[in-house]
Parts: sequence; structure tokens; C-alpha cells
Amino acid sequence: MSAFTVEIRVMPRAALLDPQGQAVQHALHALGFKEVGTVRAGKHLLVEVQAATREEAAARARTMCDRLLANPVTEDYHVAVETG
Amino acid sequence: MRRVAVVVFPGSNCDADTLDAARAAGSEAYYVWHRDTDLQQADAVILPGGFSYGDYLRSGAIARFSPVLQAVTAHARAGGAVLGICNGFQILCEAGLLPGALMRNARLKFLSRPVRVRVDATDTPFTRTYRRGEELTLPIAHGDGRYVVDAQTAALLEADAQVVWRYVGDNPNGSTNDIAGVCSTGRNVVGIMPHPERRNAPVLGGQDGARVFLSLEARNATQHAGDLRADDGRHLRV
Repeated sequence: MSAFTVEIRVMPRAALLDPQGQAVQHALHALGFKEVGTVRAGKHLLVEVQAATREEAAARARTMCDRLLANPVTEDYHVAVETG
Repeated sequence: MRRVAVVVFPGSNCDADTLDAARAAGSEAYYVWHRDTDLQQADAVILPGGFSYGDYLRSGAIARFSPVLQAVTAHARAGGAVLGICNGFQILCEAGLLPGALMRNARLKFLSRPVRVRVDATDTPFTRTYRRGEELTLPIAHGDGRYVVDAQTAALLEADAQVVWRYVGDNPNGSTNDIAGVCSTGRNVVGIMPHPERRNAPVLGGQDGARVFLSLEARNATQHAGDLRADDGRHLRV
């Protein structure tokens, strides 16, 4: 078993209204960052996992996303494994 | 007299009002703590409003895995009546007992004010003493109240008449199809964003929410609420 740190990014699904991202976009425009286009806001989680391989760590993390960390109705997720 | 279990999570804050509203309607209401798995032969289960587990991760996401939810799920699968109010609605969606999800209000602000809703389905355990199409004033108090379903599910909900309450006039949170509350395909699991327990007596500014609880006690599904009040006048005692 080795220690892995899994980085998990959870984002509101692209088709759905993201009022938090919009609010940040408006604030950036108000500060003069006229070059800013769409802003989307999500969650970033770092999960330490004991696993035999990177693949196993990633698979377990995806199961965690499916069961708890992301809402399948409204969110998409991305999993990336770093060696701990 | 029906036995009504009001589930209490760490962070529930409408549990006492909900218990009072169920008792005012004549039910034998009692609390069940989130760690308990025994619903004590409940006829109906109510998940009250609040901020269970601090709304961490997503509203209702952690509560969904509390021990009591296994018992609530079994009760629901057996056809038992379940009502989720506000945070309770969010929990039922997270648990997969109701379709969809509740997301941040479209205009981001936490909203606490009365809204107008229309009763669109009266064949649920919690709306059978309303008239279809009847408009009510009920308070909302939520930051994550925007009910979201994909277009295909929305069409199914409409075709199956699973939309129980709908905002009329102003949609406060941007929900799909102005939805304020839905029921399961079996019609026994019901979720509502507004708070009927906060408007069940004249002293609270109105009693449009009282019949949600009186519906549980109504033996005759076609009985009009006016007759119900004339029969026992229970909630007028409040």
C-alpha cells in the first residue's frame, strides 16, 4: 500500500446556471478586468488515500465522487492522482 | 390519530415548529434523532428545515448518509408517507427518493419572505385537503432553493403530474418550470421548498400551510378543508 493524494475537481454542469461564477465575473469586470469572459466556480478537494496503485486510488476516488462528493444531477468531476 | 416522526439532524432548526404543526393538526408527533434507526411505527415521517450538518459539501449531502435515512428510505419504499420541507426536500433529493436537485438561488441571495404558490396535485398524503389550483401564501427561507432537473425528467414530472406546488407570479429562486414542490412516482414522498409549518395559524399571519398536516389526519380524501375545520377545529386552537 502506498499513500496517494487525489485531487478532485467538482464543477457545476456546463448547461446549468452558475450564479456564483456569474457574480465573480461581474466583480472582475467591476475591477476593470474587461478581458474576463465566462467564470465558473466549483470545488477543489484533496483526499489522501491508501491504495496499491495509482489506478486503484483513482478508481476509489471516482466511487467517492459518484456516492458523495459530486451530485450526479448537477455536477461533473475530474480526478487526478499525485503520489503522496 | 396518525403517528408522525419528525427527524432531527444536527443543524435542523424547524423541527419544533414542524412538531407543533403536526400536533396542532391532531397527530401524535414525536422526534427521532438522526442516529436512531427506529421510526417507532410512524405513519408519516417529516424531515424538517434547517442546515443539517452545516450544509457542508452540498445542502443535504451529508444527512443523506445518516443512520435514520436508511429507515426513512425503507419506510418510503414500503409506500409510507414522507415529507421533506426545505432542507428536508434537499435531503430527499440527495437520497434519490425524489428526482432532481436544489441549487443556489439564481440571484444568490438568501430569501426569507412570503411567496404565492399554487397547489397542482391533491393526490398526495400532504395535499389531499386542498383544492387543485388553489393559491396559497407560504413563507420561504432558503439560499439553495432552485429546483433543477434535466429537460427529459421535467417533461416526465409534468406528464405524471408530479409537480405538487408551483410558484405563481414571481419565481423567487429560478427553479425549473416554477417548481416549488414535487412528489415521487408513487406519490407518497413529497418535497416542498416553502415552509407550511410557519403558516398554520392566524397568529402567524395565515393558515394556508395547516392543511399539509391536516391532510394526514383526513380520512376522506375528498373532504373539503372547510368541513374538516368545522368538524374538529383543531388547528384553530393553536
